[in-house]
Amino acid sequence: MTTTSAWNITLAKQGWYKRNEIAFTPWLFLVPGIVMFTIYVVFPIFQSFQISLFKWNGLGELGTHGEYVGLGNYEKLLTRDRSFNISLWNNLKWLIFYLVSIPAGLLIALFLNQAVRGIRLYKSLFFFPFVISQIVVGLVFTWFYDPQYGLFNGIIGFVGFEPINVLGDPSLATYGVIAAGVWPQTAFCMILYLTGLNSVDPEQVEAARLDGAKGMKMLWYVILPQLRPATFIAFVVTVIGSLRSFDLIAIMTNGGPFGSSRVLGFYMFEKSLSEYGFKMGYGAAIAVILFLIMMIFIGYFLWRTYQDEKAVNQ
Amino acid sequence: MNFIIKATAASLAAIVALSAPVSAELTGELKINLDTSNPAPRATMEAMISRFQALNPELNITTTVIDREAYKTQIRNFLSADAPDVLTWYAANRMKPYVEAGLFEDVSDLWAEPAIAGSLASTKGALTLDGKQWGVPYSYYQIGLYYRQDIYAELGLSEPADFDEMLANCEAMIASGRKCYTIGTKWLWTAAAWFDYINMRTHGFDFQMEMARGEVKWTDPRVYETFENWGKLVRMGAFIDDHQNKDWQQSLPFVVNGEAGAILIGNFTVSPLREAGLTDDQLDFHQFPPITPGVALAEAAPTDSFHIAANAQNKENARAFLRYLVSPAEQTIINNGANLTQLPVNSAAAVDDDKFLKQGFEMLSTNSPGGVSQFFDRDFPAEMAKAAMEGMQEFMVFPDNLDDVLERIEAVRQDLY
Repeated sequence: MTTTSAWNITLAKQGWYKRNEIAFTPWLFLVPGIVMFTIYVVFPIFQSFQISLFKWNGLGELGTHGEYVGLGNYEKLLTRDRSFNISLWNNLKWLIFYLVSIPAGLLIALFLNQAVRGIRLYKSLFFFPFVISQIVVGLVFTWFYDPQYGLFNGIIGFVGFEPINVLGDPSLATYGVIAAGVWPQTAFCMILYLTGLNSVDPEQVEAARLDGAKGMKMLWYVILPQLRPATFIAFVVTVIGSLRSFDLIAIMTNGGPFGSSRVLGFYMFEKSLSEYGFKMGYGAAIAVILFLIMMIFIGYFLWRTYQDEKAVNQ
Repeated sequence: MNFIIKATAASLAAIVALSAPVSAELTGELKINLDTSNPAPRATMEAMISRFQALNPELNITTTVIDREAYKTQIRNFLSADAPDVLTWYAANRMKPYVEAGLFEDVSDLWAEPAIAGSLASTKGALTLDGKQWGVPYSYYQIGLYYRQDIYAELGLSEPADFDEMLANCEAMIASGRKCYTIGTKWLWTAAAWFDYINMRTHGFDFQMEMARGEVKWTDPRVYETFENWGKLVRMGAFIDDHQNKDWQQSLPFVVNGEAGAILIGNFTVSPLREAGLTDDQLDFHQFPPITPGVALAEAAPTDSFHIAANAQNKENARAFLRYLVSPAEQTIINNGANLTQLPVNSAAAVDDDKFLKQGFEMLSTNSPGGVSQFFDRDFPAEMAKAAMEGMQEFMVFPDNLDDVLERIEAVRQDLY
């Protein structure tokens, strides 16, 4: 009895912080991150929303030089702007074909996941494209596709096809750029799967083997389910990467020929910041739409993570 | 009274500046941003700045050279965030957004000084907006057809006197297994040179300016006529293949190797072509021939300019620098054949004894009665220019898409004006 009251007295004597330490401290550690995130991520998002309601060339203050147009920018984007439609379709192409890098990465990871002399070297070589800058990847592929001197036409010529100008053909340019993007992305997925394969339970594999599983069956029913976390990350990162595609397009085609390889991110840049672009409000409207599309995937990602956490905590 | 004193002092300074050691040397800072990143212009500008430095040893000059294409997007950041004192840019409509946003300094006072008022009169219009001047020119150049006269001679061709002859020449070139014209349209503006000339030759300078002001529909029959004339060249295969993913530098080897006969571009192309090994006996220049008889010949001669940022810290030093660079002596040096190989803007400066400069100067001063425009993307508002040039690029690859292309450009025009 006396001890309890003494304990209570010491508690009361301790400061507010001491009493709330457990609840409070995590927030204290989070403050720098939250402040940065608010200033550099959350605030600009709302600012973009605001700018997208104006007609403004990005020079001078928004308040004095901007003209409020309400949802006019969106109305024009969604109803009258063909370049926007092309960009949106191209984003969709990116989204779908960029996903090729997931199975490709898995394939290479399975192939490299063996104990052979010098395997580390092979792994590093396969990882190499992810390490070099996207700009370099873009340049390499531009030369590869070059209609006169490029290796690509040399190869298809050897097989007996007519030479084609991949980046100069409006119907092929986007695919050409995507192919360049898939190269480093495959390397990234490969690394994800290689780390995933390290944590595959050997006992389960052994057990499956005793039950007579092998080949595709083994892969599908035993290995892949254990790689689910890796697949999930690879999927999310690839999808978001495909929506963010910009640098390869800028270096390889500059959105051309005649705007056929633009995606939303590039179109936004072109409208608001490039040499001939002075429509900050219009660009912001494109950014907002791109953001909403990305939100679908980011939302899914967060929801999944939340569900997983809940399952673990139960 | 005050003004007169200032003006006399300034003109004195200008006169003194010509006759080296200057008595009143400048002190403090001068920050210069340049877009002259190509080798020859870069060396020219750096040499000019070092001469200015020698006159003002106490002045602390900082020069930043930015890649020419990147400069076009960086300018709006550094003008408001980290303003230099002096910067390069382009005249006419290209400076309009910055003038309207109050980012360029009004330098009408400089233009009122006798040393500048008299000798730069010819380019005053290009630097005037709302009745005020917003910069000074440092150079301009002719645009025209640079052609391989040795190949023309080999095929028995001569400089075309009209469009039919131009087409006939082209037929002969194609028959000999070559292309008539090289071009690289990746950055679009090279295609606009063809539009400028064919449009101005078909309908004249005034029509081009009406279009620039947005007064003519892009689906107007007269615009169709222009594109039909252009289409004659496109359809006969006059231009090199795959030009849509080459920049203009990448298109030059075709002329150098004799795979194409000519290129329509500005005089800045002479220096790389000479460096690539073409002699003046192989390379020559001719004016774009007339198309519609009776239409007065008009030329495009883009003017490059220096401006003072409105947020500059050292505006007096900046003004002194502008006075220096338009002085006849400097104009003669920086525009000569060893440097920019362009035309001086100061009427008291000497045009260098260079084959192409002499032809260009003569063409612009005596054979351009219709008028002198800046260039498509400097005369037309930025957004209009972008959409139109993209359409021109498409037209040059798929001439059959013309209706669609023009409708698209017209939609942009209706939005804009």
